[in-house]
Amino acid sequence: MAAAAPRGLPPVPSASRTGFAEFSVRERMREKLKAARSKAESTFLQEDSSPRPRRLKSIREKKTQGRLDKESDKDEFREMQEDESHISSKVKFRDSTKKAKQKPPIQNDFPSAEEAYKFFTFDFDSEAERKKTGIKKRNELNHEEEEAEEEDAETHEEGQEEDETDEDVHLVKDDDLFILEQEAQDILVEKPAEYESYSEQLRKEKEFLFIPSMKAVPASQKMPENMQPRFLEDEGLYTGERPFVSPSNLNILENRILRQERGKEWFGDDGKILALPNPIKQSLTRPPIFSLEEGIEPELETLYRKAIKVTAANQYLVGSGDFQGPFQLDIDISGLIFTHHPCFSREHVLAAKLAQLYDQYLARKQKNLTTLLTDKLHALRNAVQCSIEGGDAAAPKPIAQQSIPEYKMEIRQTRRLRDAEQEKDRTLLKAIIKVWKEMKSLRDFQKFTNTPMKLYLRKEEVDQRLDEKAYEAEIQDEINELLEEYREEYEKKMEEYKAELQEWKSWKRAQKSKKKKKKKDLREEEESIDESDLGEEPVKPVPPKMVNSLEIEQQVREKVDSFRRKPGEPVLIPELVLSGSITPSELCPRAEVLRREDVKKRSSFIKVLFNSKEVSRTVTRPISSDFRVHFGQIFNLQIFNWPESLKLQIYETTGISSTTLLAELFLPVPETTVLTGSAPIEEIEFSSNQRVMLDHEGVGSGVSFSFEADGSNKMTLMTSGKVSNSVSWAVGEKGVPLIPPVAQQNTGIASALKSIDAIASIGTSGLTDMKKLAKWAAETKLDPNDPNNAALMQLITVATSGEARVPDFFRLEQLQQEFNFVTDEELDRSKRFRLLQLRNAEVAEFRNYKEVPLHEREISEKIFQDYEKRLRERDVVDSKHYLDARRAVVANYLQKVRESVINRFLVAKHHFLLSDLVNEEEIPSLGILGLGIFKLAEPKRPLKPRRKERKKVTAQNLSDGDIKLLVNIIRAYDIPVRKAVSKLQQPSKHSRSFNEMFTASPSAQSPGENIDWVLNQVLVRPFVEVSFQRTVCRTTTAEGPNPNWNEELELPFRAPNGDYSSHSLQSVKDEVFINLFDEVLYDVGEDDHERGSGIHTRVERHWLGCVKIPFTTIYFQARIDGTFKVDIPPVLLGYSKEKNLGNDRGYDSVRNLSEGSYITLFITIEPQLIPGESVREKMNEMLKKFDTQEDEKLLQAAEKYEAECTSKFPSRQCLTTVIDLSGKSVFITRYIKPLNPPQELLDAHPNSSQITAELVARYVALIPFLPDSVSFAGICDLWSTSDQFLHLLAGDEEEHAVLLCNYFLGMGKKAWLIIGNAIPEGATAYVLTLEQNQYAIWNPSTGCFYGQFDTFCPLKNVYCLISCDNIWFNIQEYDSPVRINFDTSKAKLWKSFFSRSSPYPGLSSIQPEELIYQPSDKAAVVELQGRIEKILKEKIMEWRPRHLTRWNRYCTSTLRHFLPLLEQNRGKDVEDDHQAELQKQLGDYRVSGFPIHMPFSEVGPLIEAVHSTGVHTIDIPSVEFALAVYVHAYPQNVLSVWVYVASLVRNR
Amino acid sequence: MAAGGGPDVFLVSVSGEIESGQFPGLDELYCKFCFVYGQDWVPTAGLEEGISQIACRSDAAAAALVWNLPLDITFKSTNPWGWPQIVLSVYGPDVFGHDVVRGYGAVHVPIEPGRHIRTLPMFVPESTSRLQKFTSWFTGRRPEFTDPRVVAQGEGREVTRVRSQGFVTISFNVVTKDMTKLGYEVTPSDMESHSMSVTEGIHNY
Repeated sequence: MAAAAPRGLPPVPSASRTGFAEFSVRERMREKLKAARSKAESTFLQEDSSPRPRRLKSIREKKTQGRLDKESDKDEFREMQEDESHISSKVKFRDSTKKAKQKPPIQNDFPSAEEAYKFFTFDFDSEAERKKTGIKKRNELNHEEEEAEEEDAETHEEGQEEDETDEDVHLVKDDDLFILEQEAQDILVEKPAEYESYSEQLRKEKEFLFIPSMKAVPASQKMPENMQPRFLEDEGLYTGERPFVSPSNLNILENRILRQERGKEWFGDDGKILALPNPIKQSLTRPPIFSLEEGIEPELETLYRKAIKVTAANQYLVGSGDFQGPFQLDIDISGLIFTHHPCFSREHVLAAKLAQLYDQYLARKQKNLTTLLTDKLHALRNAVQCSIEGGDAAAPKPIAQQSIPEYKMEIRQTRRLRDAEQEKDRTLLKAIIKVWKEMKSLRDFQKFTNTPMKLYLRKEEVDQRLDEKAYEAEIQDEINELLEEYREEYEKKMEEYKAELQEWKSWKRAQKSKKKKKKKDLREEEESIDESDLGEEPVKPVPPKMVNSLEIEQQVREKVDSFRRKPGEPVLIPELVLSGSITPSELCPRAEVLRREDVKKRSSFIKVLFNSKEVSRTVTRPISSDFRVHFGQIFNLQIFNWPESLKLQIYETTGISSTTLLAELFLPVPETTVLTGSAPIEEIEFSSNQRVMLDHEGVGSGVSFSFEADGSNKMTLMTSGKVSNSVSWAVGEKGVPLIPPVAQQNTGIASALKSIDAIASIGTSGLTDMKKLAKWAAETKLDPNDPNNAALMQLITVATSGEARVPDFFRLEQLQQEFNFVTDEELDRSKRFRLLQLRNAEVAEFRNYKEVPLHEREISEKIFQDYEKRLRERDVVDSKHYLDARRAVVANYLQKVRESVINRFLVAKHHFLLSDLVNEEEIPSLGILGLGIFKLAEPKRPLKPRRKERKKVTAQNLSDGDIKLLVNIIRAYDIPVRKAVSKLQQPSKHSRSFNEMFTASPSAQSPGENIDWVLNQVLVRPFVEVSFQRTVCRTTTAEGPNPNWNEELELPFRAPNGDYSSHSLQSVKDEVFINLFDEVLYDVGEDDHERGSGIHTRVERHWLGCVKIPFTTIYFQARIDGTFKVDIPPVLLGYSKEKNLGNDRGYDSVRNLSEGSYITLFITIEPQLIPGESVREKMNEMLKKFDTQEDEKLLQAAEKYEAECTSKFPSRQCLTTVIDLSGKSVFITRYIKPLNPPQELLDAHPNSSQITAELVARYVALIPFLPDSVSFAGICDLWSTSDQFLHLLAGDEEEHAVLLCNYFLGMGKKAWLIIGNAIPEGATAYVLTLEQNQYAIWNPSTGCFYGQFDTFCPLKNVYCLISCDNIWFNIQEYDSPVRINFDTSKAKLWKSFFSRSSPYPGLSSIQPEELIYQPSDKAAVVELQGRIEKILKEKIMEWRPRHLTRWNRYCTSTLRHFLPLLEQNRGKDVEDDHQAELQKQLGDYRVSGFPIHMPFSEVGPLIEAVHSTGVHTIDIPSVEFALAVYVHAYPQNVLSVWVYVASLVRNR
Repeated sequence: MAAGGGPDVFLVSVSGEIESGQFPGLDELYCKFCFVYGQDWVPTAGLEEGISQIACRSDAAAAALVWNLPLDITFKSTNPWGWPQIVLSVYGPDVFGHDVVRGYGAVHVPIEPGRHIRTLPMFVPESTSRLQKFTSWFTGRRPEFTDPRVVAQGEGREVTRVRSQGFVTISFNVVTKDMTKLGYEVTPSDMESHSMSVTEGIHNY
C-alpha cells in the first residue's frame, strides 16, 4: 500500500504538523487500534502476499474514472471480496480529496493531503454509505451485502495504517471535523454471516421436493381399499406381454403416480400399472426380398411386363381399329302432357281427373272384362247343362261326372269376378258423372270455362222386354246356382250334424243310466255331481237350417240392384269431347287472367341425356293453355359408348331466364328388335315433388287446396305428367339396322345387370355429383349395411350433410376465353398465321421460308398451292410422270415411307446430345500418349509415307465452294485395246466353271502363241474423266492398256439448297462418275498438200467403261481407297479385251482370275466432314424404342450379345435386330427362309445348277438398287421382306442379299448372309454359299460371284454370318475373307448367338410362305421399249444443239438384233462378231459403240448413263448415230434394259 | 412495298457499344459478338459480327476490362418473332498462354427505343468429369459450345452444365421505325401518355 500511494496520489508533503487539539483523540484512537491490531495481524499477513496485481488493476481502473463507480459496483462484486474493498476505497478516497481541496479556506492547511487520505481511508465506509444511499439507490441491494464484507476489510485497513505512519492520529481529528463518524456508526450493523445447517437445509428441501423412492410399493397401496389384486393371467384371460421396464424405474414411476391425486386410477386390477401389450413383434411378418441382380436395391428392381393391348372396355362399342360402322339410336319425343301443373286452375284439376277417369273407362271398355266374364259364365253353364244331359243319355261317364263339380266351382269363381268387374264399371261411371257434375257446378260458380272438356252421356235404349227377360233369367240362374250351392253346403252340414247328434245321444244315454243308479245316493252329492256333469255335457247339436230360397232371391236382387243396370234402363256411354268453348280472357275475373298470362309465359323443353351426358335437347315450346306441349322431334344419336342409361330431363322456363328442372325420367334402352318405324309411341309418366305456390287462380303444386267453399276436404297435388316418346334403333340406308353386334350387346346387358355397382351404372362422373349419387343409392335400394357399400354410404352421408360441397362444374382453362383476342375461326382463316404455323412445324415447303409478310394481303394463295397439292396427291397415284404404272405406285409408296421416316428424323433432330452442343476434347488415353511419344522419334520424311488423319470439320459454318471432292486416279489395269478392223478375233474364252475360278489355274494361252498379236497391237490411249454434279475433270492421256496417271482431280461440291447440315449431306443423291475413255486421234487433213504444212488431227474419244460411286458412300466412308472393277460393256465395238500380255507375265494369273479392267482410286472430301453419326445413332436408339413383337428376353440377349461382340471387336459390326418397314425391331434371322425363285429361271437351264444359280443372282441384281441412305437420308436401315422387296422393286444391298440368300436356300444350297464391309459400298450384306466344298461369295447387287481366295473380291471384311436359325460373329483375328475360315461349327472362330445353353427357340419367319410371281405384261414391255428409245434419241439430239444428228437406220436395226442375244447370254461370252457383222451390213464405216445394260427403274438413270458415255460429243460433221433399246421382262416386272449406242463415221 | 398502304416492314436500328467486362482474376481478354435473329429478320446495314481488341486490366478502375467496341446494325423485319439477340463470347489466354473461352452470354436487343444499359452475366460450359477438367485445363482445350449461337436458343440446353464467370456491360441505343404504324406498341402506355401530354401542351401553347 505504501508503495502505491506516491504513484496513485497527487504528491503530498509528508511532514507532520499535527495540532495539539488532536492529541487526546489520538490517544484514544491508539488504544482502540492496539486492540484491533492483534486481531488484524493475521489477516494482514495473508493479504500482503498478493498486493501488486490488485493494485495494478486498480490503477488501470482509475483511468476510466468516470464510469468506475458503476462498474465497480456491478462488476467488482463478482470478484474477490478483498479486491473490491480496495478499489472502492480508492474511489471513495478520490472523491473525498476533491472535496477536501475545495475546503481549504475553513481548515487552513491543517489536514495535509496525506492526512486526508488516511482519514478518508479510515472513514470510507460511512462516506460510501452516504453516497451510495444518496446518489445511487438502485444498487442498494448490492451494497447491503457489500457492507457486511467491508466490515472485515475496515479493521484490516486500520491495521495497515498503524504500521505505516504515526500520523493516523490526525485521522481522528479529521473525523471530528467532518462529523461523520457518528452517522456511520449508526448505520453500520454488525451481524454474523448467516448459516444454515445442512440438516436444516434438508428439512426445508423436503418441504417442496419429492424424491420418489426406489422401493417397491406394497400392493395394498396401489389397490383401492379392501380389494385383493386379481391376476388376470391366472384366471385364464389373455393379457399379453408387457414391454420391459426395469424394476427400479417401475418403482419410481409407481411411487410418483401414487403421490398424485387419484393416482390409483393408473393401476389395474392386478396392482400393476396399466399397460398395453408390447407392440413389437419378435419375428418378421414381412418376407424378406431377395434381389436377383446384384447391385440393385431389391425394392428398386424393375420387372419386365410385356405390354398388353388393352381390349376395348365394355362401355365402348368400338374397339381399337375395328370400327364396325355407326350405331344409331333414334329418340322420338313427340310431346308432353301435364296431368298436373301448378298453373292448373280448379277446373283444370277436375278436368284432369275427368280425363284420367275417362281414360280408365276407355281402357276398361277396350278390355271389356265384364262381357268376357259373362260370356264365360254362360259357356260354363252350358257345359254343365250338357254334361248332365249327356250323362242321362249315354252311359255315365266317370270323367264327365267328375268334371261337373269342377265346372261348378269355376262358375262360382267366374261369377264372383264378373260381379266385381261389373261393380267397378258401375263405380267408374258413377265417378265420371260425379266429377262432371262437380265441374259443371264449378263452371257455374266461377262463371267462366277454362277447359274445352264436355262429357256427353249417350243413352243406348234397350228393348225393355228382352232386357227384362235376360235380367230375370240371369237372376234366376244365379239363384238356382246359389241354391244349389247352399244345398250342398246344407247337406254337408247335415251329415256333420247327424254324426254329432249320434255321439251326443249315446253320451246322453250313458248319462241317464248313471243317473238312475245314483238316485238313491246323497242328494247333495248328486246335485254337485250333476252340476259338474252338466258342465261337461256336450251341447246338443243344432240341426242346420235349410236356407230359404226367398231369402236368397232377396240377397241376389239386392246385390244386382246395387251394381247392375236395371232392366230397361238405358245403357250409359260416357263420351268426353273437347268441343267446349273456353271463356275468353276478357270475360274472366282478374285472378284467372293472371293465371292465363302466367301459363303463357311458361314454356318447357326436354334434354336428352345419354349415359348421363347431355346429347341433345328439344326446342323450347310454350305450354299451351291445355297444358300440352308438342315437340315432335326425333333425335338421331350416333353412339360409340354402350347405352347404359337414357334419360330425359324436363325443364320448365318461366319468363325469360329462370329454368327449373321439373323431373327426370329414364327411358329403357330398346331391345335389338325395336327398329325405327316399328316402335310404338309410349307414354312415360313423371312427377315432381316441387312445391309451387302461386298468387293467382293456379292451384300450385305441393300446396293443399279445396274445392269446397269452407275449405274442407283438402287435397294436395304434385306436378306430374306424361311424356310420349319412342326409342328405337335406326335403320341404315340399305335397311341394315344400326345395332351394335349381339355379342357385345350381351356384355352390355351384363353390365346393365350388375348395375348395383355404382360406378358402372352412373359413371364416374356421377360420383362427383353427390345428389345424383344419393338419389341413385335410394333408387337402387342399396344395402347400407353391405360392407362393399360402406365407403359409398359414408361418402353420401358426408356429402349430403352439406360439409363438402362439390362445385357443379369444372373448367380447365377458365381464363382462356378472356385471352382469346380473335376467335379460333378467324385465326384459322389467317393466311399469315397458317404460314407461321407451317414453318414452325418444319413442313418441307416452308422450312426455310424467310420473311413472312406482315400483311395478310401480301401473302398470295400460290404459296400454299404446292403444299396443298402435295397433300391432295399423297394418295392419288399419278402415272403420267412414270413410264410404268406400277412404278408410279411404288414411287408413291416409297414417298410415303420416306415422309414418315423423315418426320421421325425431324423429331430426333430436336433431341440434343452434349456433343452436339459442347466441344470437348477426349481424354487422351495412355495409348495415345504413348504414340505421341513415339511420334517424336519418327523420321521427318519416312520412306513409306502414310496418310495423316485430317482435322474433321463439322458441317455447319460451310458454304458453297468450301467443300471439294478430291479424286486421285492412280492407275488402271487391263484396259481394252483397239483392234484392227480386219483382225480376226480369236475364239472367245469359254465359260468358266466354279472349279476353274477357285483353283486359279493359269491361262491356257501361253504368251508364245500370241507374238504376232503383240506386234500388231494398236495402242490404246486411255484417260479418265470424272464427272460430278455436272462438273467434269479429266486426266492427261496415258498410253497402253496398263496406264499410270497418278493425278489428283479436284471437283467442287455443292450441297442441295446450300444446306450443309449433316442430314442434308446424307441425302445427296449425286454420284461420282469415273469414266474411262480412249483418246483417238484422226488425221483430218483433207488434201495431201495440207499435210505438208501442218498436221490437222481430230480428237475423238471412245468410252470404255465407268465406275460409279455414290457421294453418300464417300461421305460416310470419309475416303475411298482401292482398286475397283471398271464397268465395261460386254461388247465394245472396235475394242477387244486383251487377255494376255507377253511383256508382263507376272500378272497373268491375277488377271485371269479377275477378267475385267481395274482402276485404282483414292477419293476423299476436303475438308473432312464428320458424318452425322450421332444423328444416326440417336435415330437407331429411337427406333429401338419403337414397338417390337420380339420377346423381351430375346431382345435382352441380343443386346448383351451385341455388347459383348463390340467390346471385343469394336470395328466389327454385329447385327442382331433390324428395323422393318413399319418401324418395328425384328430379329434378323426371321428374314432368312428358303424361298422359291421364279420357275422360269429354274427351267431355263435345268441341267446346270451353276448357270441357274448365276441366272438367279442376275435376276436379283436386276432389281433396281436404291440405297437406304439416299431414300431415308442416311438415318437408318430399313429391311423389307422379300415380298415387299419384290413388290417395291427397289432396295439396297440387304434386301438383295436376303432375297438371293433365300433363293439359294430354296434351291437347296447352303447359304448364309454375310454382314461385312465392301468396296465401294461400305457396310453391306453379301451372300456366302458352299459349292462343292468351296465357299463362294456373291455380290447380290451385281450378281457376280467370287471365290473365297479371289483377291479382287470387293468384300473386304466379314463381320458376321446369318442363317435362318443362328448368328455367328467373327471372332477370328482377321476379317478379310481370304484369311478367315468360314466353318461356323468352330466355336473358337465364330461366336454363335444360339448355343447349346440357349437353344434356338424356333422363331417364325416374317417372310411369306411362297413368293408369287406375276408374269410381266409383254405388250407393256414392248411399249416401254419404244418409249425409252424415243426419249433417248430425243435426249441425244438435245445434247447436240449445234449439230445435226442423223440416225442410221440400218445400223440401228442391226444393233437391235444383237441385243436379245446379249440378254440371253447374260452379257457374257458373246460372239464378238458385232463389228464384223456391222461391217458387212454397212460397208466402210468406222463404228464405235457399245451396249449399256441396266436394271430398269426410271428413265432418268438411263439418260444419265448414256450421257456419261459421251457418245454425243462427237462433232464430226458426217457422223451418224445408231441407238437401239431392248427391254427384257423377267417375272414380277423385273426388267432388264439394254441400250446399244453407236456412232458411225464413214471411212473415206 | 405495297402500292397502297403504309409500310410493310419495320426497322430496328441498334447502335451502342460493348463497354466493359468484369472478369475477376482474368486479364488480356477480347470479345466476339454476333447477332442471332429469326427467319423474318434481315440486317440491312451494319456489321453482324465483330471482334474486339485485346483489353488489359487497368490499374485505376478496379478489375474492369474496357473494350468500348462499337455496335451498329439495322434490321428490317416483318415479324417481332425472333427479335434479334446479341451473343457475346469472351476469350483470353490461360495460365499456359492457350487461348480459351472465358464466357458466353446473350441478351435481346431492347425492344423499347432509347438508351439502355445491359449487364450480361457470362458463363462457360463445364467439363463432364474431373479428369476431363484437369486435362482440359492442362491442354488448354476447354469445353466450348460448338456454336456460340446456342446460347441464344433454348433447344438442347438441357444437356449442358455451365459455370458463371464474369459480367459484360453493353449499352444500346435503339431506334425503331414504323413499329407503331404496324400495330406494335413497345413503349409502356404511361410513358406514351406522358409524351402525349407534352406534345399536347406544346400545341396548347
